[in-house]
Amino acid sequence: MKRLLSIEFQKIWKNKASKVLLLTYFILLSFIALIASIKFNIGSFEIHIADQGIFNFPYIWHFNTYIAALFKIFLAVVIVSMMANEYTYGTLKQNLIDGLSKKEFILSKFLVVVSFSMATTLFIFIMSLILGYSFSSYNELSIVFSDLEYLLAFFIKLIGFFSFCLFIGILVKRSAFALGFILVWAFGEKILHGIIGRFVFHDFDYAYKFIKFLPLESMSNLIKEPFSRLSAIKAIETSIGGATAAKDYSVHFSEIVIVLVWTLIFILTAYYIVKKRDL
Amino acid sequence: MHAVKNVSFEIKKGNVYGILGPNGSGKSTTLGIVLNVVNKASGDFEWFTGKLNTHEALKKVGAIIERPNFYPYMTAKENLELVCKIKGTNFSKVDEKLELVGLLERKNDKFRTYSLGMKQRLAIASALLNDPEILILDEPTNGLDPQGIRQIRDIIRIIASQGTTILLASHLLDEVEKVCSHVVVLQKGVMLYQGSVHDMIANDSFFEVKAENMAQLKSVLENYQSVKNTVEEEGKLLVYLNNEISAKELNSYAFEHKIILEHLVKRKNSLEEQFLELTKNK
Repeated sequence: MKRLLSIEFQKIWKNKASKVLLLTYFILLSFIALIASIKFNIGSFEIHIADQGIFNFPYIWHFNTYIAALFKIFLAVVIVSMMANEYTYGTLKQNLIDGLSKKEFILSKFLVVVSFSMATTLFIFIMSLILGYSFSSYNELSIVFSDLEYLLAFFIKLIGFFSFCLFIGILVKRSAFALGFILVWAFGEKILHGIIGRFVFHDFDYAYKFIKFLPLESMSNLIKEPFSRLSAIKAIETSIGGATAAKDYSVHFSEIVIVLVWTLIFILTAYYIVKKRDL
Repeated sequence: MHAVKNVSFEIKKGNVYGILGPNGSGKSTTLGIVLNVVNKASGDFEWFTGKLNTHEALKKVGAIIERPNFYPYMTAKENLELVCKIKGTNFSKVDEKLELVGLLERKNDKFRTYSLGMKQRLAIASALLNDPEILILDEPTNGLDPQGIRQIRDIIRIIASQGTTILLASHLLDEVEKVCSHVVVLQKGVMLYQGSVHDMIANDSFFEVKAENMAQLKSVLENYQSVKNTVEEEGKLLVYLNNEISAKELNSYAFEHKIILEHLVKRKNSLEEQFLELTKNK
């Protein structure tokens, strides 16, 4: 395993474009902390974002993992080009001739996916801890370490998405087309939701019960948007007994399973393609 | 559509084998199959009499295929180190092999700055990193200039002299003739010949003759019992034989029939002619 990782990281790290993207990614992630310094002035009234509760434990786990997941596209580019380059340079053929087995090839790429996801999760964990301890109103250990399932969901979400990129990279063989294809796929899922919701069930919420099984939708569904939750909390705090529509923001085990199943399908199909395709 | 059918041969240690065939004859496909990059519809192959599975066996094999494939953004040294990691050998051989192919001074230059000849030599260095028992070369001189071809051939000769078994696929006959001891001839995926280069060339010798009266010469020689047939080509008469006779015998026979030869050469078919002969009939 160490051997495979060392092979892959040499390939990525020596590539200037990949290196720049990786560094940009982690730099941008740390910019989440800068949200803390945003201040609004409404008349003579000053609103400091960091004081509005977004960095409160345990809400911060939800908020930061949601925001951080938006940046995953940078790593997606690295992973897609890592796969497609092996075809465009003809090095997959050479790697196999040099004695890498097809199974080892896919495994080594998957290990990169896992390490990227792990590194990001760890990064977000540490950053959120620091931000939380600086701004949170609650610092009790039991509150700090509650709702950690958002981190697990974040990790699974990244693995799922990067495995998808890995699969598309192998399938399409050209970086630019593969990235375009991923975009088209994402739109495709939304459009399918629209069509089924409008014409089949005449009910978008009901249609979503099926759409949420699609790969990209299942990944984005893992961590729900946290913004309405924040205002919901505030609304409850300020209004006197006003009833708000309850929305479920939690991470469900079944949703994690769906993403894991997709991950398995993508990796196995990628392996199948490499095995069957003549080089 | 079969790219290759019924091709069967065995490679023994220490020999230099040539796989000959025109473009599209199935050379690369055959090598692709044993190197596990092309899937076969049927048939079998085994490495080292079946003791190792293919990808383990490939670690003891060095191979270069039509085009040198490396990461363009890495230097020669980094590319070779990557191959070392894949093959599971240490980096100590990198400089040694770069020296053998004459690239030691350029080892810290990026692969994309290399000329085709240098890329091809780097590919050979890479194939040699694990001191392979078998070296497979697919069209190693394809697209190179005369100096490049010469350099590659010299390297191949050095490697062969060190006792490495070499399998060389090529459509360049004089390359195979100069370098190989054994040869397999393919055309349209069918094997036409297998055996030593010596046997392939040695089977027929013939004469090239010329006289003032070519028509008379032709009729006289065709009556000679040792002559199988004659062919006129570029103002000369090619005389093919049933049994081996010396130039002296032919000359005196012609002289007895009052013909004085202007030109008499005893020749053997070059591998090229032999090859064209073989592939013509099919």
